[in-house]
Amino acid sequence: MRNFLAILKKELQALFVSPIAYVVLAVFFAVGGYFFYIIMSSLVNQAIEMGFRYQQMGAPPPPIDMPFLVMRNFFGILSTILLFLIPMITMAAFAEEKRRGTMELLATSPITNTQLILGKFAAVLVFLLVMLAPTLLNTLLLYLYSEPSFPLAPVLVGYLGAFLLGGALLSVGLFVSSLTENQIVAAVVTFGIFIVLWVIDATAGMESSLTNETIKYLSVLNHYEDFTKGVLDTQHLVFYLSFIFLGLFLTSTSLDSAKWRQ
Amino acid sequence: MIKAEHLTKRFGLATAIEDVSFEVGKGEILGFLGPNGAGKTTTMRILAGFFPATQGIAVVAGYDVFKQPLDVKRRVGYLPENPPLYSEMKVDSYLRFVATINGVAKSKIETQLEKVKQRCGLADHGKRLIKHLSKGYKQRVGLAQALIHDPEVLILDEPTIGLDPKQIIEVRELIKSLAGRHTIILSTHILPEVSMTCQRVIIINEGRIVAMDTPENLTSRLQGGELIEVEAAGDVERVHGLFKDIPQIRNVSVGPPSNGHFILTINVEGKEEVRHLISRRMIEAGLNLYQMKVQTMTLEEIFLKLTTREEGAA
Repeated sequence: MRNFLAILKKELQALFVSPIAYVVLAVFFAVGGYFFYIIMSSLVNQAIEMGFRYQQMGAPPPPIDMPFLVMRNFFGILSTILLFLIPMITMAAFAEEKRRGTMELLATSPITNTQLILGKFAAVLVFLLVMLAPTLLNTLLLYLYSEPSFPLAPVLVGYLGAFLLGGALLSVGLFVSSLTENQIVAAVVTFGIFIVLWVIDATAGMESSLTNETIKYLSVLNHYEDFTKGVLDTQHLVFYLSFIFLGLFLTSTSLDSAKWRQ
Repeated sequence: MIKAEHLTKRFGLATAIEDVSFEVGKGEILGFLGPNGAGKTTTMRILAGFFPATQGIAVVAGYDVFKQPLDVKRRVGYLPENPPLYSEMKVDSYLRFVATINGVAKSKIETQLEKVKQRCGLADHGKRLIKHLSKGYKQRVGLAQALIHDPEVLILDEPTIGLDPKQIIEVRELIKSLAGRHTIILSTHILPEVSMTCQRVIIINEGRIVAMDTPENLTSRLQGGELIEVEAAGDVERVHGLFKDIPQIRNVSVGPPSNGHFILTINVEGKEEVRHLISRRMIEAGLNLYQMKVQTMTLEEIFLKLTTREEGAA
Protein backbone atom coordinates (compact mmCIF):
# COMPACT_ATOMS: atom_id res chain seq x y z
CA MET A 1 0.00 0.00 0.00
CA ARG A 2 2.80 2.35 0.93
CA ASN A 3 4.59 1.66 -2.33
CA PHE A 4 1.38 2.14 -4.27
CA LEU A 5 0.82 5.53 -2.65
CA ALA A 6 4.42 6.55 -3.23
CA ILE A 7 4.12 5.74 -6.93
CA LEU A 8 0.74 7.47 -7.14
CA LYS A 9 2.11 10.63 -5.56
CA LYS A 10 5.18 10.66 -7.77
CA GLU A 11 3.08 10.09 -10.90
CA LEU A 12 0.66 12.87 -10.05
CA GLN A 13 3.58 15.17 -9.45
CA ALA A 14 5.05 14.19 -12.80
CA LEU A 15 1.73 14.62 -14.60
CA PHE A 16 1.00 18.04 -13.18
CA VAL A 17 4.41 19.56 -13.77
CA SER A 18 4.36 18.55 -17.41
CA PRO A 19 3.02 21.11 -19.89
CA ILE A 20 1.21 18.30 -21.73
CA ALA A 21 -1.23 17.97 -18.83
CA TYR A 22 -2.23 21.62 -19.04
CA VAL A 23 -2.54 21.56 -22.80
CA VAL A 24 -4.77 18.50 -22.55
CA LEU A 25 -6.90 20.12 -19.85
CA ALA A 26 -7.18 23.40 -21.73
CA VAL A 27 -8.13 21.72 -25.01
CA PHE A 28 -10.60 19.49 -23.22
CA PHE A 29 -12.35 22.36 -21.45
CA ALA A 30 -12.41 24.56 -24.53
CA VAL A 31 -13.71 21.89 -26.91
CA GLY A 32 -16.07 20.38 -24.33
CA GLY A 33 -17.49 23.78 -23.44
CA TYR A 34 -17.87 24.75 -27.08
CA PHE A 35 -19.77 21.58 -27.92
CA PHE A 36 -21.97 21.92 -24.87
CA TYR A 37 -22.93 25.38 -26.08
CA ILE A 38 -23.56 24.16 -29.65
CA ILE A 39 -25.67 21.21 -28.53
CA MET A 40 -27.67 23.33 -26.15
CA SER A 41 -28.35 26.19 -28.54
CA SER A 42 -29.23 23.98 -31.49
CA LEU A 43 -31.59 21.87 -29.41
CA VAL A 44 -33.26 24.97 -28.00
CA ASN A 45 -33.69 26.38 -31.51
CA GLN A 46 -35.16 23.15 -32.75
CA ALA A 47 -37.58 23.07 -29.82
CA ILE A 48 -38.71 26.62 -30.47
CA GLU A 49 -39.26 25.94 -34.17
CA MET A 50 -41.23 22.83 -33.34
CA GLY A 51 -43.32 24.79 -30.89
CA PHE A 52 -44.16 27.34 -33.61
CA ARG A 53 -45.16 24.65 -36.08
CA TYR A 54 -47.49 22.97 -33.63
CA GLN A 55 -48.98 26.37 -32.75
CA GLN A 56 -49.69 27.06 -36.43
CA MET A 57 -51.49 23.72 -36.63
CA GLY A 58 -53.42 24.70 -33.54
CA ALA A 59 -52.14 21.82 -31.43
CA PRO A 60 -50.28 22.14 -28.10
CA PRO A 61 -46.52 21.47 -28.47
CA PRO A 62 -45.43 18.01 -27.27
CA PRO A 63 -43.29 17.95 -24.13
CA ILE A 64 -39.55 17.73 -24.81
CA ASP A 65 -37.12 16.42 -22.21
CA MET A 66 -34.51 19.07 -22.85
CA PRO A 67 -31.97 18.19 -20.10
CA PHE A 68 -32.05 14.55 -21.18
CA LEU A 69 -31.33 15.39 -24.81
CA VAL A 70 -28.60 17.86 -23.96
CA MET A 71 -26.82 15.53 -21.56
CA ARG A 72 -27.09 12.56 -23.87
CA ASN A 73 -25.57 14.44 -26.77
CA PHE A 74 -22.97 15.96 -24.51
CA PHE A 75 -21.85 12.57 -23.21
CA GLY A 76 -21.62 11.39 -26.82
CA ILE A 77 -19.27 14.26 -27.66
CA LEU A 78 -17.35 13.71 -24.44
CA SER A 79 -16.44 10.17 -25.48
CA THR A 80 -15.08 11.43 -28.80
CA ILE A 81 -12.93 14.06 -27.11
CA LEU A 82 -11.59 11.43 -24.71
CA LEU A 83 -10.64 9.28 -27.68
CA PHE A 84 -8.37 12.05 -28.92
CA LEU A 85 -6.90 13.18 -25.62
CA ILE A 86 -6.33 10.01 -23.61
CA PRO A 87 -3.31 8.87 -25.68
CA MET A 88 -1.60 12.10 -24.58
CA ILE A 89 -2.16 11.27 -20.93
CA THR A 90 -0.76 7.76 -20.97
CA MET A 91 1.96 8.01 -23.61
CA ALA A 92 4.69 8.92 -21.11
CA ALA A 93 3.71 6.46 -18.38
CA PHE A 94 6.28 3.76 -19.08
CA ALA A 95 7.93 4.97 -22.28
CA GLU A 96 9.47 7.97 -20.55
CA GLU A 97 10.68 5.88 -17.58
CA LYS A 98 12.48 3.61 -20.01
CA ARG A 99 13.94 6.42 -22.06
CA ARG A 100 15.53 8.25 -19.16
CA GLY A 101 16.61 5.09 -17.36
CA THR A 102 14.42 5.49 -14.30
CA MET A 103 12.85 2.14 -15.10
CA GLU A 104 16.15 0.75 -13.86
CA LEU A 105 15.51 2.40 -10.49
CA LEU A 106 11.96 1.07 -10.26
CA ALA A 107 12.96 -2.40 -11.46
CA THR A 108 15.71 -2.70 -8.85
CA SER A 109 13.61 -1.35 -5.99
CA PRO A 110 11.65 -3.73 -3.78
CA ILE A 111 8.30 -2.94 -5.36
CA THR A 112 6.13 -5.30 -7.35
CA ASN A 113 4.91 -4.70 -10.88
CA THR A 114 1.36 -4.71 -9.53
CA GLN A 115 2.11 -1.83 -7.17
CA LEU A 116 3.81 0.05 -9.95
CA ILE A 117 1.03 -0.45 -12.50
CA LEU A 118 -1.81 0.24 -10.07
CA GLY A 119 -0.01 3.36 -8.86
CA LYS A 120 0.33 4.66 -12.39
CA PHE A 121 -3.22 3.69 -13.29
CA ALA A 122 -4.63 5.41 -10.22
CA ALA A 123 -2.69 8.55 -11.15
CA VAL A 124 -4.15 8.74 -14.67
CA LEU A 125 -7.62 8.04 -13.24
CA VAL A 126 -7.20 11.01 -10.92
CA PHE A 127 -6.22 13.06 -13.93
CA LEU A 128 -9.35 11.87 -15.74
CA LEU A 129 -11.44 13.00 -12.76
CA VAL A 130 -9.76 16.38 -12.89
CA MET A 131 -10.75 16.56 -16.54
CA LEU A 132 -14.36 15.48 -16.01
CA ALA A 133 -15.17 17.28 -12.80
CA PRO A 134 -15.33 20.87 -14.13
CA THR A 135 -17.82 19.81 -16.82
CA LEU A 136 -20.26 19.30 -13.94
CA LEU A 137 -20.56 23.08 -14.06
CA ASN A 138 -22.37 22.74 -17.39
CA THR A 139 -24.79 20.33 -15.79
CA LEU A 140 -25.24 22.68 -12.88
CA LEU A 141 -26.24 25.49 -15.26
CA LEU A 142 -28.68 23.19 -16.96
CA TYR A 143 -30.06 22.19 -13.58
CA LEU A 144 -30.49 25.74 -12.38
CA TYR A 145 -32.37 26.92 -15.46
CA SER A 146 -34.56 23.93 -16.29
CA GLU A 147 -38.20 24.00 -15.32
CA PRO A 148 -39.29 21.61 -13.89
CA SER A 149 -35.99 20.46 -12.42
CA PHE A 150 -34.69 17.09 -13.53
CA PRO A 151 -33.36 14.19 -11.45
CA LEU A 152 -29.60 14.21 -11.07
CA ALA A 153 -29.08 10.45 -10.78
CA PRO A 154 -29.16 9.77 -14.57
CA VAL A 155 -26.57 12.51 -15.09
CA LEU A 156 -24.30 10.91 -12.52
CA VAL A 157 -24.74 7.57 -14.25
CA GLY A 158 -23.62 9.28 -17.45
CA TYR A 159 -20.52 10.54 -15.66
CA LEU A 160 -19.86 7.08 -14.31
CA GLY A 161 -20.03 5.82 -17.88
CA ALA A 162 -17.56 8.46 -19.08
CA PHE A 163 -15.25 7.58 -16.19
CA LEU A 164 -15.38 3.86 -16.94
CA LEU A 165 -14.93 4.38 -20.67
CA GLY A 166 -11.98 6.67 -19.89
CA GLY A 167 -10.55 4.10 -17.48
CA ALA A 168 -10.76 1.37 -20.11
CA LEU A 169 -9.00 3.58 -22.66
CA LEU A 170 -6.36 4.57 -20.10
CA SER A 171 -5.56 0.92 -19.42
CA VAL A 172 -4.97 0.37 -23.13
CA GLY A 173 -2.76 3.47 -23.19
CA LEU A 174 -0.66 2.19 -20.29
CA PHE A 175 -0.20 -1.14 -22.02
CA VAL A 176 0.97 0.47 -25.25
CA SER A 177 3.29 2.78 -23.35
CA SER A 178 4.91 -0.24 -21.70
CA LEU A 179 5.85 -1.59 -25.12
CA THR A 180 8.03 1.25 -26.33
CA GLU A 181 10.62 3.78 -25.30
CA ASN A 182 9.15 6.47 -27.50
CA GLN A 183 6.25 8.60 -26.27
CA ILE A 184 5.13 9.59 -29.74
CA VAL A 185 5.04 5.99 -30.92
CA ALA A 186 3.01 5.12 -27.83
CA ALA A 187 0.52 7.93 -28.51
CA VAL A 188 0.07 7.09 -32.18
CA VAL A 189 -0.37 3.36 -31.61
CA THR A 190 -2.79 3.98 -28.73
CA PHE A 191 -4.80 6.29 -30.95
CA GLY A 192 -4.85 3.67 -33.70
CA ILE A 193 -6.19 1.03 -31.32
CA PHE A 194 -8.85 3.46 -30.09
CA ILE A 195 -10.06 4.10 -33.62
CA VAL A 196 -10.40 0.36 -34.20
CA LEU A 197 -12.30 -0.02 -30.93
CA TRP A 198 -14.53 2.88 -32.02
CA VAL A 199 -15.53 1.55 -35.43
CA ILE A 200 -15.34 -2.20 -34.74
CA ASP A 201 -19.13 -2.08 -34.58
CA ALA A 202 -19.35 -1.25 -38.27
CA THR A 203 -17.38 -4.33 -39.30
CA ALA A 204 -20.08 -6.60 -37.89
CA GLY A 205 -22.67 -7.81 -40.38
CA MET A 206 -26.40 -7.37 -39.98
CA GLU A 207 -27.41 -10.97 -39.35
CA SER A 208 -27.00 -12.21 -35.80
CA SER A 209 -24.23 -14.79 -35.88
CA LEU A 210 -21.88 -15.54 -33.00
CA THR A 211 -19.02 -13.64 -34.69
CA ASN A 212 -21.15 -10.58 -35.26
CA GLU A 213 -22.45 -10.63 -31.72
CA THR A 214 -18.91 -10.94 -30.38
CA ILE A 215 -17.66 -8.06 -32.48
CA LYS A 216 -20.56 -5.90 -31.35
CA TYR A 217 -19.89 -6.84 -27.76
CA LEU A 218 -16.29 -5.66 -28.12
CA SER A 219 -17.31 -2.17 -29.18
CA VAL A 220 -16.50 0.13 -26.29
CA LEU A 221 -19.13 2.60 -27.50
CA ASN A 222 -22.03 0.14 -27.46
CA HIS A 223 -21.56 -0.32 -23.76
CA TYR A 224 -21.38 3.42 -23.26
CA GLU A 225 -24.79 4.09 -24.87
CA ASP A 226 -26.88 3.02 -21.91
CA PHE A 227 -24.86 5.13 -19.49
CA THR A 228 -25.53 8.24 -21.58
CA LYS A 229 -29.24 7.52 -21.31
CA GLY A 230 -28.87 7.35 -17.55
CA VAL A 231 -29.36 3.59 -17.43
CA LEU A 232 -27.10 1.64 -15.14
CA ASP A 233 -26.74 -1.94 -16.34
CA THR A 234 -24.36 -4.34 -14.57
CA GLN A 235 -23.58 -5.96 -17.93
CA HIS A 236 -21.76 -2.81 -19.00
CA LEU A 237 -20.10 -2.39 -15.63
CA VAL A 238 -18.72 -5.90 -15.93
CA PHE A 239 -17.57 -5.19 -19.47
CA TYR A 240 -15.58 -2.08 -18.53
CA LEU A 241 -14.13 -3.55 -15.36
CA SER A 242 -12.95 -6.68 -17.15
CA PHE A 243 -11.63 -4.52 -20.00
CA ILE A 244 -9.58 -2.51 -17.49
CA PHE A 245 -8.37 -5.70 -15.83
CA LEU A 246 -7.26 -7.07 -19.19
CA GLY A 247 -5.43 -3.85 -20.06
CA LEU A 248 -3.55 -3.79 -16.77
CA PHE A 249 -2.82 -7.50 -16.95
CA LEU A 250 -1.29 -7.08 -20.41
CA THR A 251 0.79 -4.20 -19.06
CA SER A 252 2.10 -6.43 -16.31
CA THR A 253 2.90 -9.20 -18.79
CA SER A 254 4.68 -6.74 -21.03
CA LEU A 255 6.84 -5.45 -18.15
CA ASP A 256 7.69 -9.01 -17.12
CA SER A 257 8.66 -10.07 -20.60
CA ALA A 258 10.70 -6.91 -21.17
CA LYS A 259 12.97 -8.16 -18.40
CA TRP A 260 13.85 -11.17 -20.50
CA ARG A 261 14.15 -9.35 -23.79
CA GLN A 262 16.50 -6.60 -22.71
CA MET B 1 27.83 -11.69 0.81
CA ILE B 2 27.70 -11.86 -2.95
CA LYS B 3 28.14 -15.04 -4.87
CA ALA B 4 27.96 -15.39 -8.63
CA GLU B 5 28.13 -18.85 -10.08
CA HIS B 6 28.63 -19.44 -13.79
CA LEU B 7 26.60 -16.43 -14.82
CA THR B 8 25.86 -16.25 -18.51
CA LYS B 9 23.71 -13.65 -20.22
CA ARG B 10 22.73 -13.76 -23.85
CA PHE B 11 20.83 -11.12 -25.77
CA GLY B 12 19.45 -13.02 -28.70
CA LEU B 13 22.54 -14.40 -30.37
CA ALA B 14 24.99 -12.05 -28.72
CA THR B 15 26.63 -13.22 -25.53
CA ALA B 16 27.18 -10.40 -23.06
CA ILE B 17 28.85 -12.42 -20.31
CA GLU B 18 29.92 -16.03 -20.23
CA ASP B 19 30.53 -18.21 -17.20
CA VAL B 20 31.31 -15.43 -14.76
CA SER B 21 31.92 -16.71 -11.22
CA PHE B 22 33.19 -14.84 -8.19
CA GLU B 23 32.54 -14.20 -4.55
CA VAL B 24 32.65 -11.08 -2.45
CA GLY B 25 33.01 -11.30 1.30
CA LYS B 26 31.18 -9.12 3.79
CA GLY B 27 32.59 -5.62 3.99
CA GLU B 28 34.84 -6.08 1.00
CA ILE B 29 35.21 -3.70 -1.93
CA LEU B 30 35.47 -5.44 -5.26
CA GLY B 31 36.41 -3.59 -8.41
CA PHE B 32 35.26 -4.56 -11.86
CA LEU B 33 37.73 -3.45 -14.43
CA GLY B 34 37.28 -3.75 -18.13
CA PRO B 35 36.94 -1.84 -21.38
CA ASN B 36 33.57 -0.52 -22.46
CA GLY B 37 31.24 -3.28 -23.53
CA ALA B 38 33.11 -5.95 -21.57
CA GLY B 39 30.06 -7.00 -19.58
CA LYS B 40 30.51 -5.01 -16.38
CA THR B 41 27.09 -3.38 -16.55
CA THR B 42 25.41 -6.65 -17.50
CA THR B 43 26.91 -8.44 -14.50
CA MET B 44 25.86 -5.64 -12.17
CA ARG B 45 22.37 -5.50 -13.57
CA ILE B 46 21.95 -9.21 -12.93
CA LEU B 47 23.14 -8.81 -9.34
CA ALA B 48 20.81 -5.86 -8.79
CA GLY B 49 17.87 -7.86 -10.12
CA PHE B 50 17.22 -5.67 -13.15
CA PHE B 51 17.14 -8.68 -15.43
CA PRO B 52 17.71 -12.39 -14.90
CA ALA B 53 20.75 -14.29 -16.12
CA THR B 54 20.34 -16.75 -18.96
CA GLN B 55 22.27 -19.30 -16.94
CA GLY B 56 23.88 -19.44 -13.54
CA ILE B 57 22.99 -18.42 -10.03
CA ALA B 58 23.49 -15.14 -8.23
CA VAL B 59 23.11 -14.98 -4.46
CA VAL B 60 23.17 -11.61 -2.74
CA ALA B 61 22.97 -11.21 1.05
CA GLY B 62 21.86 -14.81 1.34
CA TYR B 63 18.98 -14.58 -1.14
CA ASP B 64 18.74 -15.88 -4.66
CA VAL B 65 18.35 -12.90 -6.97
CA PHE B 66 16.02 -14.77 -9.28
CA LYS B 67 13.88 -16.58 -6.71
CA GLN B 68 13.65 -13.94 -3.98
CA PRO B 69 14.07 -10.69 -5.87
CA LEU B 70 12.30 -8.45 -3.34
CA ASP B 71 14.47 -9.68 -0.45
CA VAL B 72 17.56 -8.95 -2.50
CA LYS B 73 16.38 -5.55 -3.71
CA ARG B 74 15.65 -4.42 -0.15
CA ARG B 75 19.29 -5.05 0.73
CA VAL B 76 20.94 -3.66 -2.36
CA GLY B 77 21.64 -0.07 -3.28
CA TYR B 78 22.22 0.27 -6.99
CA LEU B 79 23.65 3.14 -8.95
CA PRO B 80 23.24 2.48 -12.68
CA GLU B 81 25.64 3.87 -15.26
CA ASN B 82 23.28 6.77 -15.92
CA PRO B 83 21.88 7.95 -12.62
CA PRO B 84 18.11 7.25 -12.74
CA LEU B 85 16.78 10.70 -11.93
CA TYR B 86 13.43 12.41 -12.33
CA SER B 87 14.58 15.74 -13.63
CA GLU B 88 11.39 17.57 -12.74
CA MET B 89 11.70 16.64 -9.06
CA LYS B 90 13.56 18.42 -6.31
CA VAL B 91 16.49 16.58 -4.76
CA ASP B 92 14.69 16.15 -1.43
CA SER B 93 11.43 14.86 -2.83
CA TYR B 94 13.29 12.52 -5.17
CA LEU B 95 15.29 11.04 -2.31
CA ARG B 96 12.16 10.75 -0.17
CA PHE B 97 10.44 8.87 -2.99
CA VAL B 98 13.35 6.44 -3.36
CA ALA B 99 13.48 5.99 0.42
CA THR B 100 9.77 5.16 0.54
CA ILE B 101 9.82 2.59 -2.24
CA ASN B 102 12.87 1.02 -0.63
CA GLY B 103 10.96 0.52 2.59
CA VAL B 104 12.63 3.09 4.85
CA ALA B 105 10.31 3.62 7.84
CA LYS B 106 8.45 6.92 7.71
CA SER B 107 9.97 8.07 11.00
CA LYS B 108 13.48 7.47 9.70
CA ILE B 109 13.18 9.07 6.28
CA GLU B 110 14.16 12.59 7.34
CA THR B 111 17.22 11.49 9.33
CA GLN B 112 18.34 9.20 6.51
CA LEU B 113 17.81 12.04 4.04
CA GLU B 114 20.00 14.43 6.03
CA LYS B 115 22.63 11.75 6.51
CA VAL B 116 23.05 10.85 2.86
CA LYS B 117 22.92 14.46 1.76
CA GLN B 118 25.71 15.22 4.20
CA ARG B 119 27.71 12.25 3.01
CA CYS B 120 27.29 13.03 -0.67
CA GLY B 121 27.87 16.76 -0.36
CA LEU B 122 24.31 17.68 -1.20
CA ALA B 123 23.41 19.43 2.06
CA ASP B 124 22.67 22.75 0.34
CA HIS B 125 21.00 21.27 -2.71
CA GLY B 126 17.84 19.73 -1.28
CA LYS B 127 15.54 22.39 -2.71
CA ARG B 128 17.07 22.42 -6.18
CA LEU B 129 15.38 20.88 -9.16
CA ILE B 130 17.39 17.94 -10.38
CA LYS B 131 17.35 19.20 -13.97
CA HIS B 132 19.19 22.33 -12.87
CA LEU B 133 22.07 20.40 -11.33
CA SER B 134 25.42 19.90 -13.04
CA LYS B 135 26.51 16.45 -14.16
CA GLY B 136 28.69 16.01 -11.10
CA TYR B 137 25.87 16.84 -8.74
CA LYS B 138 23.49 14.57 -10.60
CA GLN B 139 26.00 11.79 -10.07
CA ARG B 140 26.00 12.61 -6.35
CA VAL B 141 22.22 12.45 -6.23
CA GLY B 142 22.50 9.05 -7.92
CA LEU B 143 24.92 7.92 -5.24
CA ALA B 144 22.71 9.34 -2.49
CA GLN B 145 19.78 7.43 -3.96
CA ALA B 146 21.74 4.17 -3.70
CA LEU B 147 22.64 4.87 -0.07
CA ILE B 148 19.31 6.16 1.21
CA HIS B 149 18.07 2.87 2.67
CA ASP B 150 21.44 2.01 4.21
CA PRO B 151 21.79 -1.20 2.18
CA GLU B 152 24.08 -4.07 3.08
CA VAL B 153 25.29 -4.30 -0.50
CA LEU B 154 26.16 -1.46 -2.83
CA ILE B 155 26.45 -1.94 -6.55
CA LEU B 156 27.95 1.09 -8.22
CA ASP B 157 28.32 1.26 -11.98
CA GLU B 158 31.07 3.75 -12.77
CA PRO B 159 30.44 5.93 -9.72
CA THR B 160 33.02 8.58 -10.52
CA ILE B 161 32.13 9.17 -14.15
CA GLY B 162 31.43 12.80 -14.96
CA LEU B 163 32.93 14.17 -11.78
CA ASP B 164 35.73 16.71 -11.60
CA PRO B 165 39.05 15.59 -10.06
CA LYS B 166 38.23 17.00 -6.64
CA GLN B 167 34.85 15.31 -6.58
CA ILE B 168 36.40 12.06 -7.76
CA ILE B 169 38.69 12.07 -4.74
CA GLU B 170 35.75 12.83 -2.47
CA VAL B 171 33.64 10.04 -3.89
CA ARG B 172 36.53 7.58 -3.59
CA GLU B 173 36.98 8.58 0.03
CA LEU B 174 33.27 8.17 0.56
CA ILE B 175 33.29 4.69 -0.96
CA LYS B 176 36.28 3.69 1.16
CA SER B 177 34.55 4.95 4.28
CA LEU B 178 31.56 2.77 3.47
CA ALA B 179 33.62 -0.42 3.38
CA GLY B 180 33.32 -2.70 6.36
CA ARG B 181 29.69 -1.92 7.02
CA HIS B 182 28.70 -2.25 3.40
CA THR B 183 29.82 -4.74 0.82
CA ILE B 184 30.60 -2.90 -2.39
CA ILE B 185 31.00 -3.81 -6.01
CA LEU B 186 32.04 -1.01 -8.29
CA SER B 187 32.96 -0.92 -11.91
CA THR B 188 35.31 1.39 -13.67
CA HIS B 189 37.59 1.60 -16.62
CA ILE B 190 40.01 3.86 -14.81
CA LEU B 191 42.89 1.80 -13.45
CA PRO B 192 44.19 3.96 -10.60
CA GLU B 193 40.70 4.12 -9.23
CA VAL B 194 40.73 0.42 -8.63
CA SER B 195 44.05 0.44 -6.82
CA MET B 196 42.91 3.32 -4.66
CA THR B 197 39.58 1.98 -3.54
CA CYS B 198 39.30 -1.75 -4.04
CA GLN B 199 40.55 -4.70 -2.03
CA ARG B 200 40.15 -7.06 -4.92
CA VAL B 201 39.94 -6.60 -8.65
CA ILE B 202 38.28 -8.57 -11.38
CA ILE B 203 39.39 -7.81 -14.88
CA ILE B 204 36.71 -8.67 -17.35
CA ASN B 205 36.85 -8.62 -21.10
CA GLU B 206 34.42 -9.74 -23.77
CA GLY B 207 32.17 -11.19 -21.12
CA ARG B 208 34.79 -13.36 -19.43
CA ILE B 209 36.84 -12.94 -16.31
CA VAL B 210 40.49 -12.75 -17.35
CA ALA B 211 42.07 -12.01 -13.99
CA MET B 212 41.14 -11.81 -10.35
CA ASP B 213 43.68 -10.45 -7.88
CA THR B 214 44.37 -7.90 -5.22
CA PRO B 215 45.42 -4.49 -6.47
CA GLU B 216 48.59 -4.88 -4.34
CA ASN B 217 49.57 -7.86 -6.40
CA LEU B 218 48.79 -5.98 -9.54
CA THR B 219 50.61 -2.84 -8.50
CA SER B 220 53.58 -4.73 -7.08
CA ARG B 221 54.37 -5.32 -10.69
CA LEU B 222 54.95 -1.61 -10.84
CA GLN B 223 57.07 -1.22 -7.73
CA GLY B 224 60.25 -3.25 -8.04
CA GLY B 225 59.78 -6.94 -7.79
CA GLU B 226 59.36 -9.11 -10.78
CA LEU B 227 56.78 -11.18 -12.42
CA ILE B 228 57.90 -14.39 -13.95
CA GLU B 229 55.64 -15.91 -16.50
CA VAL B 230 56.09 -19.61 -17.02
CA GLU B 231 54.50 -21.63 -19.74
CA ALA B 232 54.21 -25.28 -18.78
CA ALA B 233 52.18 -28.40 -19.38
CA GLY B 234 51.21 -31.36 -17.24
CA ASP B 235 49.17 -31.83 -14.11
CA VAL B 236 48.26 -28.35 -12.85
CA GLU B 237 47.52 -29.72 -9.39
CA ARG B 238 51.22 -30.36 -8.80
CA VAL B 239 51.97 -26.65 -8.88
CA HIS B 240 50.23 -26.12 -5.55
CA GLY B 241 52.75 -25.69 -2.79
CA LEU B 242 55.63 -26.40 -5.13
CA PHE B 243 57.44 -23.14 -4.38
CA LYS B 244 56.35 -22.79 -0.76
CA ASP B 245 59.85 -22.88 0.68
CA ILE B 246 61.32 -20.25 -1.64
CA PRO B 247 61.00 -17.10 0.51
CA GLN B 248 61.32 -14.64 -2.37
CA ILE B 249 58.16 -15.90 -4.04
CA ARG B 250 55.16 -13.92 -2.91
CA ASN B 251 52.45 -15.85 -4.71
CA VAL B 252 51.70 -17.95 -7.73
CA SER B 253 48.62 -17.71 -9.89
CA VAL B 254 47.57 -20.12 -12.56
CA GLY B 255 46.08 -18.75 -15.73
CA PRO B 256 43.44 -20.45 -17.84
CA PRO B 257 44.82 -23.41 -19.82
CA SER B 258 44.95 -23.36 -23.60
CA ASN B 259 46.02 -26.28 -25.82
CA GLY B 260 46.97 -28.23 -22.71
CA HIS B 261 49.47 -25.56 -21.69
CA PHE B 262 48.97 -23.30 -18.74
CA ILE B 263 50.61 -20.09 -17.73
CA LEU B 264 51.96 -19.55 -14.23
CA THR B 265 52.42 -16.01 -13.07
CA ILE B 266 54.92 -15.97 -10.24
CA ASN B 267 55.29 -12.83 -8.17
CA VAL B 268 58.85 -12.48 -6.88
CA GLU B 269 60.02 -10.03 -4.27
CA GLY B 270 63.28 -8.19 -4.85
CA LYS B 271 65.68 -8.71 -7.68
CA GLU B 272 67.27 -11.94 -6.56
CA GLU B 273 67.51 -14.62 -9.22
CA VAL B 274 65.12 -17.50 -8.59
CA ARG B 275 64.47 -18.75 -12.09
CA HIS B 276 66.85 -21.69 -11.76
CA LEU B 277 64.98 -22.81 -8.62
CA ILE B 278 61.64 -22.55 -10.36
CA SER B 279 62.68 -24.51 -13.40
CA ARG B 280 64.31 -27.26 -11.35
CA ARG B 281 61.27 -27.64 -9.10
CA MET B 282 58.95 -27.86 -12.01
CA ILE B 283 60.90 -30.47 -13.90
CA GLU B 284 61.33 -32.50 -10.73
CA ALA B 285 57.57 -32.39 -10.29
CA GLY B 286 57.14 -33.93 -13.72
CA LEU B 287 55.90 -30.79 -15.44
CA ASN B 288 57.10 -29.84 -18.89
CA LEU B 289 58.59 -26.40 -19.15
CA TYR B 290 58.21 -24.51 -22.41
CA GLN B 291 58.92 -20.90 -21.74
CA MET B 292 59.98 -18.64 -18.94
CA LYS B 293 60.19 -14.88 -19.08
CA VAL B 294 60.51 -11.96 -16.76
CA GLN B 295 57.89 -9.28 -16.99
CA THR B 296 57.89 -5.79 -15.74
CA MET B 297 54.58 -4.26 -16.63
CA THR B 298 52.56 -1.32 -15.64
CA LEU B 299 49.01 -1.88 -14.55
CA GLU B 300 47.89 -0.43 -17.86
CA GLU B 301 50.02 -2.93 -19.70
CA ILE B 302 48.69 -5.81 -17.65
CA PHE B 303 45.22 -4.65 -18.33
CA LEU B 304 45.82 -4.29 -22.03
CA LYS B 305 47.61 -7.59 -22.24
CA LEU B 306 44.89 -9.46 -20.42
CA THR B 307 42.17 -7.89 -22.46
CA THR B 308 43.83 -8.16 -25.85
CA ARG B 309 45.00 -11.72 -25.35
CA GLU B 310 41.37 -12.65 -24.99
CA GLU B 311 40.57 -10.82 -28.19
CA GLY B 312 43.25 -12.71 -30.07
CA ALA B 313 41.90 -16.03 -28.85
CA ALA B 314 38.36 -15.27 -29.89
